[in-house]
Amino acid sequence: MMELAATMQGALQGWFGPVWGPHAWTVAKSLAGIVAVLVPLLLTVLYYQLVERWVIGWIQVRKGPNRVGWKGVLQPIADAIKLLMKERIVPSGASKGLFFLAPIVAVAPALAVWAVVPFAPGWVIADVDAGLLVVLAMTSMGVYGIIIAGWASNSKYAFLGAMRSAAQVVAYEIAMGFALVGALMAGQSLNLTEIVMRQDGRYGLIEWFLLPLAPFFVVYFIAGLAETNRHPFDVAEGESELVAGFHVEYSGMTFAVFFLAEYANMILVSTLASLLFLGGWLSPFPAAWGILGAPGIGWLVVKIAFFMFLFLWVRASFPRYRYDQIMRLGWKVFIPVTLVWIAVTGVMMLEPLASLPPFSIWFGK
Amino acid sequence: MWTRAKEIASSLLLTELLKGLALTGRFLFARKVTVFFPEEKTPQGPRFRGLHALRRYPNGEERCIACKLCEAVCPALAITIESELRQDGTRRTTRYDIDLTKCIFCGFCEESCPVDSIVETRVLEYHGEARGDLYYTKPVLLAIGDRYEAQIAADRAEDARFR
Repeated sequence: MMELAATMQGALQGWFGPVWGPHAWTVAKSLAGIVAVLVPLLLTVLYYQLVERWVIGWIQVRKGPNRVGWKGVLQPIADAIKLLMKERIVPSGASKGLFFLAPIVAVAPALAVWAVVPFAPGWVIADVDAGLLVVLAMTSMGVYGIIIAGWASNSKYAFLGAMRSAAQVVAYEIAMGFALVGALMAGQSLNLTEIVMRQDGRYGLIEWFLLPLAPFFVVYFIAGLAETNRHPFDVAEGESELVAGFHVEYSGMTFAVFFLAEYANMILVSTLASLLFLGGWLSPFPAAWGILGAPGIGWLVVKIAFFMFLFLWVRASFPRYRYDQIMRLGWKVFIPVTLVWIAVTGVMMLEPLASLPPFSIWFGK
Repeated sequence: MWTRAKEIASSLLLTELLKGLALTGRFLFARKVTVFFPEEKTPQGPRFRGLHALRRYPNGEERCIACKLCEAVCPALAITIESELRQDGTRRTTRYDIDLTKCIFCGFCEESCPVDSIVETRVLEYHGEARGDLYYTKPVLLAIGDRYEAQIAADRAEDARFR
């Protein structure tokens, strides 16, 4: 792998000369990284929606899609082809430029944020020091896509959906931010790789931030549900009262792009929850257990898959929140809980408490 | 005071949400009840009320005597009957139409029929591709009766002891 990279570097510098060679190598390396991250991500999104239909079907004692291909595995391909072939209708009175800009604004941050997400030590496109801040900034950008979509559609349903979504995302952004503050306090870094490495140790699962930061973990996941407008917080779509909410006027590929952004964000929330609270690629078993205790990207995949399943499980289980209850939960429950636990985390990290067991497991490093 | 504290603790620990998740989690592994319709079919009772049919006597004579009881009892006004005196002096229908887009499949026509002529069969898979395709006329209904007579007679025989 390394040798191949070195050969490539040499070849590029040979072609482009000493001045442009290093830049060409940087561009080529970044492009390769982007392809290596985005292709699996898009495939996951494609198949996530099939798995979603399966899991919800199974929970509702149905069998789910099973007609296209073996057991229905070609269903997402068929759906993608259908969406590609469909007409893109622009409603009369819609602001055409903004109408087509909205899905792009929604999907661009959802994909861009993956630049700072590490999958294993060194497996990251951009190893930014303030990685967590980039994540926060990018995820808050996504809501602009929804607002623009609601505004540009010239439809009252879309507009109401967009307004609900904006208020909801703003409310939960704060709780989510506080939960991330807890993670960065414990990790003592904004760099995601370093936060994960802080959870490394001899005891495996016990070393993860899951235990000392349990309230943050719960708040982060629930705020993640709200942030991605997923059930039970999907009032922005609210098909029973708003038809389909902000994307009611979108069809064909423009709709598919919104879909893509939503699912990419769900996978992102799952990934961040695994990285920040479940030790990312670290093994849950003690380091002494040999192959089981060794870190690896496999562990990260297992953890992400668990959270992605949890998204679907929650969707199949709970009815939609009423809008004022969503606001109450966000402002009057999550923010106080996170504020209190930030103080508690601070106390746990104080000397001499930090050097005493059990706190020394997490904060004594 | 103590109960209130327990309530708060239980809501912070998400106990009720976890109970709900446990319930749906159990159903994830439950036996699935899906019936794959064209290949598999749900069982039907002998009293199933599906597509209508007009029956004949074994000698080929149509049963309907144009008493118009079914037309009178039909709550959806889906049946239209016209009749005249035939050469042999019996009264027969010249027109017997059922508008299946109006019909609510209540089965009153079948109950009201004194000669068991109009019946509802077990057939439920039928469709119309153009406007008017679901307006069934006398020859069509007689043809359905001819086609499913064995099944219709068997169902009536099975149900006879309850009448």
